[in-house]
Amino acid sequence: MDWLYLLEISLAGIGSGGLYALTGLSFVMIYKATKVVNLAIGEMLMLGAYLMFGMASNLGWPVWMAIVAAIIGSGLGGAIVERLAIRPMLGESPISVFMVTVGLSSVMIGLVELIWTADQQRLPEFMPSDPVMLGEAFIPPKLFYGFLVAAALILIALAVFRFWRGGVALRATASDQAAAYSVGINVPRVFSLAWIAAAMIAAIAGIVVGSIGGLSSSMGVFGLSVLVVVIVGGLDSVLGALVAGLGIGLLEALAGGYLGGEYKLLATFSTLILVLMVRPYGLFGTHEIERL
Amino acid sequence: MRIGTAKQSYAHDESLFDTRTQWGWLATLGITLLAFPFVANDYWLYLACLVAINIASATGLNILTGYTGLVSLGQAAFMGLGAYTVAIFEQRFGTPAVLNLLAGGGVAMLVGVVVGIPSLRVKGLYLAISTIAASFILHFVFANWTSLTGGTGGMTVPPANFFGIPLDTSFRLYWLVVPVALTMLVCAANLFRTRIGRAFIAIRDRDISAEVLGIPLLRYKLTSFALSSFYAGVAGGLWAYFFRVVTPESFPLMMSIFFLAAVIVGGMGTILGGILGAIFMTMVPEVLKLIVGWLPLGSEGAVILSPVRTIVFGLLIVGFLIFEPLGLQELWRRVRRFFHLWPFRAQG
Repeated sequence: MDWLYLLEISLAGIGSGGLYALTGLSFVMIYKATKVVNLAIGEMLMLGAYLMFGMASNLGWPVWMAIVAAIIGSGLGGAIVERLAIRPMLGESPISVFMVTVGLSSVMIGLVELIWTADQQRLPEFMPSDPVMLGEAFIPPKLFYGFLVAAALILIALAVFRFWRGGVALRATASDQAAAYSVGINVPRVFSLAWIAAAMIAAIAGIVVGSIGGLSSSMGVFGLSVLVVVIVGGLDSVLGALVAGLGIGLLEALAGGYLGGEYKLLATFSTLILVLMVRPYGLFGTHEIERL
Repeated sequence: MRIGTAKQSYAHDESLFDTRTQWGWLATLGITLLAFPFVANDYWLYLACLVAINIASATGLNILTGYTGLVSLGQAAFMGLGAYTVAIFEQRFGTPAVLNLLAGGGVAMLVGVVVGIPSLRVKGLYLAISTIAASFILHFVFANWTSLTGGTGGMTVPPANFFGIPLDTSFRLYWLVVPVALTMLVCAANLFRTRIGRAFIAIRDRDISAEVLGIPLLRYKLTSFALSSFYAGVAGGLWAYFFRVVTPESFPLMMSIFFLAAVIVGGMGTILGGILGAIFMTMVPEVLKLIVGWLPLGSEGAVILSPVRTIVFGLLIVGFLIFEPLGLQELWRRVRRFFHLWPFRAQG
């Protein structure tokens, strides 16, 4: 048994797990506020990363400006998507809304391919690239800084949920829509807010993911792992997304490191089925009680 | 309700086609299908076979999603199972095509029941995602069970053999694909006149109420999964005979989404919806190809075709769900009602 190898793989797994947790957070945010299962989350990541790529490489803007612009642009995109495609579906069956997001993801992939072609692209380097050593273990620098970004952002998001007026309104809407209305919260605006915030978080996650693994129009596959993360953690649980994010990241890294890359998806999806069999609402999800 | 069709017996009331006009149209359709291969060129025959295969698979998904209310995103993987079974039977044993198709359906059915087991505890979107999981696991099996499936390289399938005639052209294959698809359609339409089909509908409308009324959820949900994956398996087998190469990449998640989209666009929970949806979704890319070809784009045209197709595909799903949730089938019904009631008008 090579302990150093195990340690390095685990650290790398936790690093990418941080990104899963971050994206899972944006997913849960949308789900809690609007009860929409957003299959387009991976494509929202992709769009954010491509926006930054477009500003930095095609228009030649400085990196920091491109990042800020991409985040704002993604937020706008989230608002537009919510207003045009999700708002008209209010009150329809969850399955229909889910399929709308499937359609949206297809539209986003098409747009990206139309503008930037389906070829692989590379984001300009903006993270420090000197190796990071933790004791004796080597951590890929991009993963390390990506994890730091993710952790910082998760903390900020949690603080915002807790203290900011809008965050409180969001939590109120999530726990009881009718009650939120009756105390004067503008629920449709909360819906918009949730999509905007989630799209911005997704854009940041997308930029980090893109700078680690490169850009392509099939980047949305990342969204599938995130889907596993939120289902395992429970769709409406922030804690679940964080724990499951790290856990799935670790699991993927271990499966990839010891069994080979093709076992990654197998491991995560088998876990998904196991968890669903034992706890149908995920590890930390709320068990819905059905009444006739 | 149609004007002037007084029914005098229950049998008449229950029948699938209850007027002379309908039988007349049906006969016309039958003659058209018989004559079609002799007048159409290769391209149209190719499309006809593809449409028939997609109709078969979409109808299977419709049984599960449209009638029983269990959303599945694993239809393509079940088709893959059928296709691989047919390929293996054809390569190893050389058994007759019809037998292979049945075997393909059977294998898909068995796996379908296993995949359906979580549906007892898991509902709605959780179930949809567990079927995605199942399809990834199947994909892994296709890609890595090299001794049986040929790994990532896939398998080539010899042409179907029908009493000594190799079905190696679209013209010849038409006579296998279309009758099989038609049989499957008639079976599906009849299914919903039986106890089993009615139970499916009851489960879709409210599963707890259905259970209270004495419908064993376990048995019927699994039956629905079994039937749906049987359809997918047979359709996959036809697919294997049609394209003659089966690889793990032939049945991506996108294909499952395609079938779900076809069922939604056509109209969930109606046989006609499955047919219209499959025809529409198969033809849209071809029409797009024509339109892009007409536009003066030159070599640009080929480059933008694929992304435009993806965008249109997504817009169709979103558009239908927002503006016409009942699908093409509802549009068709409205047109029909206009003529039935003429010279009167339907209200609302």
